[in-house]
Amino acid sequence: MTVAKDISDKWFPIVLPLQRKKQTGLDGVKPKKRRTSEEERRVRANDREYNEKFQYASNCIMTSKYNIITFLPVNLFEQFQEVANTYFLFLLILQLIPQISSLSWFTTIVPLALVLSITAVKDATDDYFRHKSDNQVNNRQSQVLIRGSLQNEKWMNVRVGDIIKLENNQFVAADLLLLSSSEPHGLCYIETAELDGETNMKVRQSVSVTSELGDPNNLASFDGEVVCEPPNNKLDRFCGTLYWREKKYTLTNQNMLLRGCVLRNTEACYGLVIFAGPDTKLMQNSGRTKFKRTSIDRLMNTLVLWIFGFLVCMGVILAVGNAVWEREVGSLFQSYLPWDPPVDNFLFSAFLSFWSYVIILNTVVPISLYVSVEVIRLGHSYFINWDQQMFCSQCNTAAEARTTTLNEELGQVEYIFSDKTGTLTQNIMSFNKCSINGQTYGEVTDPLGPQQKKLDFTPFNPLADPDFCFYDDTLLESVKVGDLHTHEFFRVLSLCHTVMSEEKSEGELVYKAQSPDEGALVTAARNFGFVFRSRTPGTITTTEMGQTVTYSLLAILDFNNIRKRMSVIVRSPEGRIRLYCKGADTVLLERLHPCNQELMNITSDHLNEYAADGLRTLALAYRDLSEDEWEAWSESHRCADKATDCREDRLAAAYEEIEQDMMLLGATAIEDKLQEGVPETIAILSLANIKIWVLTGDKQETAVNIGYSCKMLTDDMTEVFIISGHTVQSVRQELRMARERMIESSRTREGEKVEGMEGWGEACFMGNGFREGQEEDDPDVEGGGKKLRCPPPPPHPPPPPPPASPPPASPSPPSNLMDNISGEFALVINGHSLAHALEADMEGEFVSTACACKAVICCRVTPLQKAQVVELIKKHKKAVTLAVGDGANDVSMIKSAHIGVGISGQEGIQAVLASDYSFSQFRFLQRLLLVHGRWSYLRMCRFLCYFFYKNFAFTMVHFWFGFFCGFSAQTVYDQYFITLYNIVYTSLPVLAMGIFDQDVPDQRSLEYPKLYEPGQLNLLFNKREFFICITQGIYTSVVLFFVPYAVLSNATQSTGEPLADYQTFAVTTATSLVIVVSVQIALDTGFWTIINHVFVWGSLGSYFTIMFALHSQTLFRIFPNQFHFVGSAQSTLLQPVVWLTIALATAICIVPVLAFRFLKLDLKPQLSDTVRYTQLVRQKKRKMVGRNVGGAWRGVGSLSEGRLGARSGSRRSGYAFAHQEGFGELITSGKNMRLSSLALATFASKHSSSWIDTLRRKKHTHTHTPPSASGECSPAPSCVSGSVPPLSNSSSVLGGSQDTPIEEETDTAPAQTTQTVPSETPATPAPASEAATPPGPAHAHSASILTPAAVRAHGGDSPGGWTLTLGTVQEALFGWKGITARTTASSSPSPPCSTKEASHVE
Amino acid sequence: MMASTYNAKDEDGHITVAGPGGGTLRSRKPENTAFKQQRLPAWQPILTAGTVLPAFFVIGLIFIPIGIGLYVTSNNIKEFEIDYTGVDMSSPCFNCSQNFSWNSTRPCTCSIPFYLDQPYESNVFMYYGLSNFYQNHRRYVKSRDDSQLNGDSEALTKPSKECEPYAFHDNKPIAPCGAIANSMFNDSLELFYNDPNGTKVQIHLMKTGIAWWTDKHVKFRNPGGNNPNLTVAFQGTTKPVNWRKPVYELDSDQENDGFINEDFIVWMRTAALPTFRKLYRIIQKKKDMVLTLPRGNYTLEVVYNYPVRSFEGRKRMILSTISWMGGKNPFLGIAYITVGSVCFFLGVVLLIIHHKYGNRNNSADISN
Repeated sequence: MTVAKDISDKWFPIVLPLQRKKQTGLDGVKPKKRRTSEEERRVRANDREYNEKFQYASNCIMTSKYNIITFLPVNLFEQFQEVANTYFLFLLILQLIPQISSLSWFTTIVPLALVLSITAVKDATDDYFRHKSDNQVNNRQSQVLIRGSLQNEKWMNVRVGDIIKLENNQFVAADLLLLSSSEPHGLCYIETAELDGETNMKVRQSVSVTSELGDPNNLASFDGEVVCEPPNNKLDRFCGTLYWREKKYTLTNQNMLLRGCVLRNTEACYGLVIFAGPDTKLMQNSGRTKFKRTSIDRLMNTLVLWIFGFLVCMGVILAVGNAVWEREVGSLFQSYLPWDPPVDNFLFSAFLSFWSYVIILNTVVPISLYVSVEVIRLGHSYFINWDQQMFCSQCNTAAEARTTTLNEELGQVEYIFSDKTGTLTQNIMSFNKCSINGQTYGEVTDPLGPQQKKLDFTPFNPLADPDFCFYDDTLLESVKVGDLHTHEFFRVLSLCHTVMSEEKSEGELVYKAQSPDEGALVTAARNFGFVFRSRTPGTITTTEMGQTVTYSLLAILDFNNIRKRMSVIVRSPEGRIRLYCKGADTVLLERLHPCNQELMNITSDHLNEYAADGLRTLALAYRDLSEDEWEAWSESHRCADKATDCREDRLAAAYEEIEQDMMLLGATAIEDKLQEGVPETIAILSLANIKIWVLTGDKQETAVNIGYSCKMLTDDMTEVFIISGHTVQSVRQELRMARERMIESSRTREGEKVEGMEGWGEACFMGNGFREGQEEDDPDVEGGGKKLRCPPPPPHPPPPPPPASPPPASPSPPSNLMDNISGEFALVINGHSLAHALEADMEGEFVSTACACKAVICCRVTPLQKAQVVELIKKHKKAVTLAVGDGANDVSMIKSAHIGVGISGQEGIQAVLASDYSFSQFRFLQRLLLVHGRWSYLRMCRFLCYFFYKNFAFTMVHFWFGFFCGFSAQTVYDQYFITLYNIVYTSLPVLAMGIFDQDVPDQRSLEYPKLYEPGQLNLLFNKREFFICITQGIYTSVVLFFVPYAVLSNATQSTGEPLADYQTFAVTTATSLVIVVSVQIALDTGFWTIINHVFVWGSLGSYFTIMFALHSQTLFRIFPNQFHFVGSAQSTLLQPVVWLTIALATAICIVPVLAFRFLKLDLKPQLSDTVRYTQLVRQKKRKMVGRNVGGAWRGVGSLSEGRLGARSGSRRSGYAFAHQEGFGELITSGKNMRLSSLALATFASKHSSSWIDTLRRKKHTHTHTPPSASGECSPAPSCVSGSVPPLSNSSSVLGGSQDTPIEEETDTAPAQTTQTVPSETPATPAPASEAATPPGPAHAHSASILTPAAVRAHGGDSPGGWTLTLGTVQEALFGWKGITARTTASSSPSPPCSTKEASHVE
Repeated sequence: MMASTYNAKDEDGHITVAGPGGGTLRSRKPENTAFKQQRLPAWQPILTAGTVLPAFFVIGLIFIPIGIGLYVTSNNIKEFEIDYTGVDMSSPCFNCSQNFSWNSTRPCTCSIPFYLDQPYESNVFMYYGLSNFYQNHRRYVKSRDDSQLNGDSEALTKPSKECEPYAFHDNKPIAPCGAIANSMFNDSLELFYNDPNGTKVQIHLMKTGIAWWTDKHVKFRNPGGNNPNLTVAFQGTTKPVNWRKPVYELDSDQENDGFINEDFIVWMRTAALPTFRKLYRIIQKKKDMVLTLPRGNYTLEVVYNYPVRSFEGRKRMILSTISWMGGKNPFLGIAYITVGSVCFFLGVVLLIIHHKYGNRNNSADISN
C-alpha cells in the first residue's frame, strides 16, 4: 500500500526526462487555494499595476511537492496516511507497552524504517526531477513587450497582461489572446499535438482591430481590457470580451493560443497573456490520473483483510486460552511467577495477551509484502523497457511501462479495445492501384515472387516525390505515350482537391493535405507528371508533363459527409470549362452519363477487386460545361450561397444539379497501410482467447475494410452482423435477431457435427440469406457497399466446434446458449446504434450479443462512447480490458480501461501520456501480453502463493507454541530471527523468483497462445489457491513445531545436557523453517538463473552466518542484555540429533508437496507443463543430434507474408475521404494563401524549359533500356510491410491461420509435417497436406506451430497461398478443451488420410 | 519479409535493423544483454517421473536404515525414572510435600528406594525433571538480567526492569534478580547403592560439567572480576526471596560458586516446554571395568525443598546412559522409519499411477 499507490506515476518521470511531457503534467498542479474562486477575469494589456490587483497566478509552474525543509515532515505525513504504514506504527506503539510487548520494538521498526526510507528516497528522486523540469520550463526565454521594447524574459516572469512575441516553431508560453501576426488577416497556424493530440494544423485569427496593430510600437500603446471566463480546463471553449476604445469585441476560442501549442508556418505573432502558469488550460487539464489497481491487487487486499480477520481469530483463541490457563494454572503458579502489577485477574491478562499475540502473529501480513510486490513490478517494468523486440528502430522508441503497478494484469487481458487509425493502420495512405478507362494498373507488390522494383520517377520527372512507391511501369508508359484518359485522370487528381502546397526552394514541394488520402492522390499525380504547384483563391497552377499550366478555379464544390464527393470547376488556359469530380463510387457511379455503362461495369469490377484487397477506392469523373451552362449554374450557386436560410441545403442542391451526366475516368485505390504485423498479432491474440474490439471514429465501410485486411473479419466467418438501426426498437431487434441467428446456426453446426461436414454449405447459405434480409430492412446501408457474401464453395469446413457447446436439443436459456456459441460471428455496430445499445435497458442485450462474437467493430463512435463501451464490458464481464490507441480521442478509453496502451505514433503524445504502457507498433502488443504479461502474472502469482505460504509457516508456529507456554505470547524464535526472516533470510530468493521466473521461454508463449488462458481464467492465484497456500503453510508450521517438540522434549546432547531448552528449540525450529522454505522455493522456481542460485544459497548462507554472528561471544560481550542466545547456534548445530530433526521436518514438509505436484503434472498437466516438457525433450535432442530445430519458429515469423488474392471479391468499397469540409471555402476566400505562394506560378514556368528537355532525353533512353536498370531503389521496409495483404479466405476458420511463403514451407515442411495428431483430422478434412508426411517424431515438436495442414489456396487466382491452420492444430494437439468424441474415434495417425485429401483438392 | 524479422526468434540476439538515420540519432535501443533480454542461461527443472520417483525411493532408502539405526541405539539406552513428588499417601515424600513453606529452616528429607533391573555401564546422567512448570512463559523467560549474570557491577546493583518484581528486596538489589533465579530448583538428591550385603554406599555424583561451555565460561561470570572473595563482590545485594542462602554460598568450590555455579546455570537455561528435565549430576564411569551402576537396590535421598504441589507440578529423578545421539529417544527412530516407508510406498504408488495413467501424456508430448 505504501508504494503501491503512487509509484507508478512518480517513478517513471525519472525515466522520461522529456520536459514536454512534464509540462503536460504527469503529476498535475497542486491547486492553489490562494484566492477565492475567480468569478471572471479582467486583464488590461500593458498594465502590470492594474493586473496585479487581482493577484493572478504568475507563469511560474510548480509541479514539485516538496522543498528541502518540508520534505521530511510532508513526506512522512503522506506516508503515514497509508493504512499499512499506520498499522505498523500502531504495532510499534503496542510494542512499547511492556505488559504487551512480546517482541522487541526493533522487530517492527526495522522493516518499517526500511519501507519508509525506500519510499522517501523514491519520492525525493521524483521530486528532484520535477524540480529540474519545472526549472527548465520556467527558465525558457520568451520575448516580452515591456515599455515599448521587446525584452527577453524567462517564462516564469511573464505576467498576465503582458504582450509577448512568439516566433515560428516556438512553444506558446501561456494562454494568449492573439493580437496580431505576420500573416495576412491576423491568421496564424498552430499545432496542438501537445494539447489534444491532433497533429493537423489549426488556424487562429486575431480580432480584426488588433490585427492591424502590427508592430511593437503600436502594440505598446495597446491598452485594451479583456473580461473573460475564469480559468477552466475546457480546451475548445473560450468566451470573453475585449473592450478597447469604447468598443466591445467578442472573443472566442478562435482568437486564443493556448500554452503547449506550437506556432507553425507563421513567422511571428503577438499575444496578450490571459492565463498564466497554473491557470492555463493545459495545466488545468493535467489532472491527476486515476490510480489503477490490478485485480491481483484487489484480491490481495481482500486476502489481507481476511488474514487480519484470521489474525484476530487466532488472537481471540489464544486470549481465551490465556484466560483459561491463567485461571487454572497461572494463578497457582504465582509463587514462581506473579502477575505483572497492573494485572489482577485472568481476564485482564487475557486482554493483554490478545494484543501481544496480535503483535507476534502480525507477520502473517508482513510489511515486506507490499515492498516486494512493488519491487517485482518495477523489475517487470524494466524488462518491458529493456525488451529489444519491442523496440522500433524506425522511430527509435523502445516500449515503455509508464506505470509499474499493472504488469501482472497484462497476463489476464480478455478484451482489447483498439483504435483503428494510427493503431491498426499507419495512417499512411499510399496510392496503390488505379483503373483508367477500364484498364487496371498497379500490381501490388508480391513478396512471394522476385521483389518488384519500385518505379523510379526521377529521370522522367524531377519534381517527383522520391518517397512515392509504385510498381507498375505500364501506367508510366501510358502517361508517356500520352494516353488522353490517363492524362485526364491525373489531371483530376492534380486539380480536384483542397491541398495546399509549399515550395521552399524550387522543386521541393511540400503538400499540406487535410486528409492523408488526398495527399496520396495529389502526390501520385505529381509523380506521374501532373504536378500541383500552387494555388491562389482563383487559380491552380500545375506543371503538366513539364509544362506549366494555370487553370482558373471557378468553384470548389466542397466535400461533406452526405455528398461523399467533391468537385472543382476550372477553366483551362484554352478556355474550356470542365468539372472534375472525385467521390465515393457508390455516389459517383449514379451520376454518370448513361453512355458510360460499359466502362462503368468494368470499373465497377475493378472497384470490387480493389475493395476486396482492402483498398480505399474513389471514382473519378469529369464533365464538360459549356459557357452557358456554367453561367447559369454559377448564378444559381451564387443565389444559394447568399441565401440566409437553409444555405447548406440550397448549396447541396446546387451542387447536385451540376454534378450530373459526368464521364467516368476511372478509379483510384488507396491503401490504408496497416501497421506492420497487425494481422498476425490479431490472429495470435485471438488464439489466446482475447477478444478484440475495434472502436473507431471512422466510417463503417473503412472500418469493415480494415477489419478484413487485418483479419479480424474473414470471409469464413459464419456471419457478420451489421447493426445500424436508428431507433431503439430497430437496434434491439437487430441485436435479437443476431442472437437468434447465432443460436440457430450453432445448433445447425451441432447437427452437422453429427451428420458430418456436408451441412456446411447450407448453413452458410442460410447465414447469408439472413444477412441479405437484414440489409434490406436497414435503410442506412448502401446497397452493395458491404455485402459480405459467403464464398460460394467454402474453402474450409468449419472447425470442430468446441466440445463445450451445448447439446443441440437442450432447451437451455439463451444466456447459457450465448456462452457456448460455436462458430464465428462478427458484429459491426454504428455510432448511433451504439448510443442506443449503451442505454441501460439494452446494455445487457448488447453485451451478450457482442461477446458471443469473435470480432466486434464499432464505427463512428465518439471518444466518450469508446470509454462507455469499455466501462460496459468492465461492468458486465468482470474481465480485464485493455485499450490501445494513439490519438487524443482514445484518451478516455485508455483511461477507463484496466490497462491503457498508447501507441506513440504520429498523433502526438496525448494518448501516450494517458497510457500505462506505450510503444510504437501495434504488433508489440502480442509480446507485451503473451510474453511480458503472462510472465508477470505467473511470477506474481507464484510470488504471492509462496509469500503467504512462507509467512504462515513462519508465524503459525507461535500459535502452536502458545498451547505449551501458557498462552503467554512467548515467541518460538529469537527476536532477531523474527526481524530478519522476512527482510533478509527469505526475501531475495522469492524476489528472484518473482522477477526472473519463466515457465516457458518467450517464443513458446507466442507459439502457443493458449498458454495465456490461465491468466484470463485467473487460475494461478485466486482464493482457492490462496487457501491451498495457507493450508500448506499451516501444515508446515505444524510439522515445524511438533517434530522438534516430539524429538527434543526427551532428547539430550551427546554430552548429556537436555536439548529441550528454549534456545536450542528456537534454533532448531528456525533452522528447519529456513531450510524448508528454501527447499520449497527451490521447488517453486522453474527457471534457475545464476541469480536464483546466488540468492537461494546466499540466503541460506546468510542465515547461518548471521545466526552464528548473533550468537557469538563477541557481540554478547558488548551487549550482554541484547544477545541472550550466545553460544546456542554452536552447541545446537553440533548435535546430530538436531540435524536429524531438521532433515525429518524437511522431509515431512516437502514429500507430500512433491508427490502432489508430481501427480498433478503426471495426470493433469497444464499446457505450460507440456510445453515445458517438450522443450526439455527438444533440448536433449538438440544436444544429441546437434541440429537446429529453431527454424520452425522462424518459419512462423514469416507467415502470412503472402499476398493471397484468393478472397472472393466480396465488395467492401470504402470511399477515401477522410477530410473535413469547409476547406474549399477557405481556399476560395484566399484567407490562407500567402503572398509568396501566389508568386509561385511565375517561378514554376521559369523552371520548366530545362525540365522538359531532361524529360525528353530520359524518355528516349528509357524506352530502350530494360526497366530493371533503373530499379536500384529497394522499397523501404514500411512500403513492404504496408502491402502485407489481407489474408486469404482459405485461412483457418479459427481465424488463426498464418500464411507462409512457399520457400519457407518447403524446407520446414518435411520436418514438421509429421504425424497429424489424430484430433486434427476432423479439423482439416478438405485441405490437404501437400508436403510429404514422413513420420518424423524426432522433429515432431517443431510441427506444433507450422502445422501439417499446408493448404493450397482455393481458387486459382492467387499465386500460391499457403495456409497454415495454426489454431486448428493447436486446438487439436493440445486438446485444450478436451478432445471431441470424433477425435478419439479416428485415432489412427493420419498421413494416408491427408494425402488422399491432398489429391482431392489438387 | 518484415513480419519474419520481428517474429523470428533471434537466436543470437541480433536484430539487424538499420533505421533511417540510425547513425546520427542516439539509438535508444535497449542493450542486448542476456540479463535485460531475460535470456540468462538457466536450469529449468521439471518434475518428471524420471526425477521424482527415484527421489522418493532414495529418500526411503536413506531414511529407513537411519531410522533403524536410531531406534536400535535408542533402545540400547537405559533409562530409569522415578517420581518423588509425593502425591500419593504411600509415597515417602508425601509428608514433605504437604507441609511446605519456603522459609522453613528445617529441611524435610525423604528417601525413596528403587531397584535397577539392569546394570548401567559407562557414564550415567542424573536428571531432575519437572512437569507443569512453565519455564517458557513469556514473563518468566524475560525475567532475568544477563548483564548482571555476566558480572556487570552496575547491573548487579541496578538490576534491569525485566527482573520485576524480583529486582529489589528490602531496597537492596537482588542478585541474581528475576523470577527464573528466584524459583531455582533447590532439592538436593543423593543416591545410595544398597549393597546386597546390606551396606549403603553413597554414589559419587559429579556436580560440574553439567552446563554448556559457553554458559559457564562466557555468559555467566561473577562480579568483581577475579576477586576470589565473592562475599565482597556481592556486597550490597540480597539473596533472591525464595533462596535460603545467598548466591555466593551455593558451593564451597570457588570455581562453582556464585553466578558460575553450574546448578544455577543449568536452571537459568530455561526449558522450552512445561515438562522438562535438567541435568543434575553425572555419575562418572569407574576406571576399573566395574559397572557404573550395577543391578540392585538403590535409595534416593531427597532433601525436599522445592514445592510443586501448589501448581500440580511433578518432580522426577531420571538416570540415563547416553549414546552418540544423546539419551533415549525412540520417537526419532520411529519417525525416520515411518517417513522412509511412506516415501518408499509413495514411490511405488506413484510409479503404478504413472504407468497406468501417466503414459498417455508423455507419449503425446513426445509426438508433439
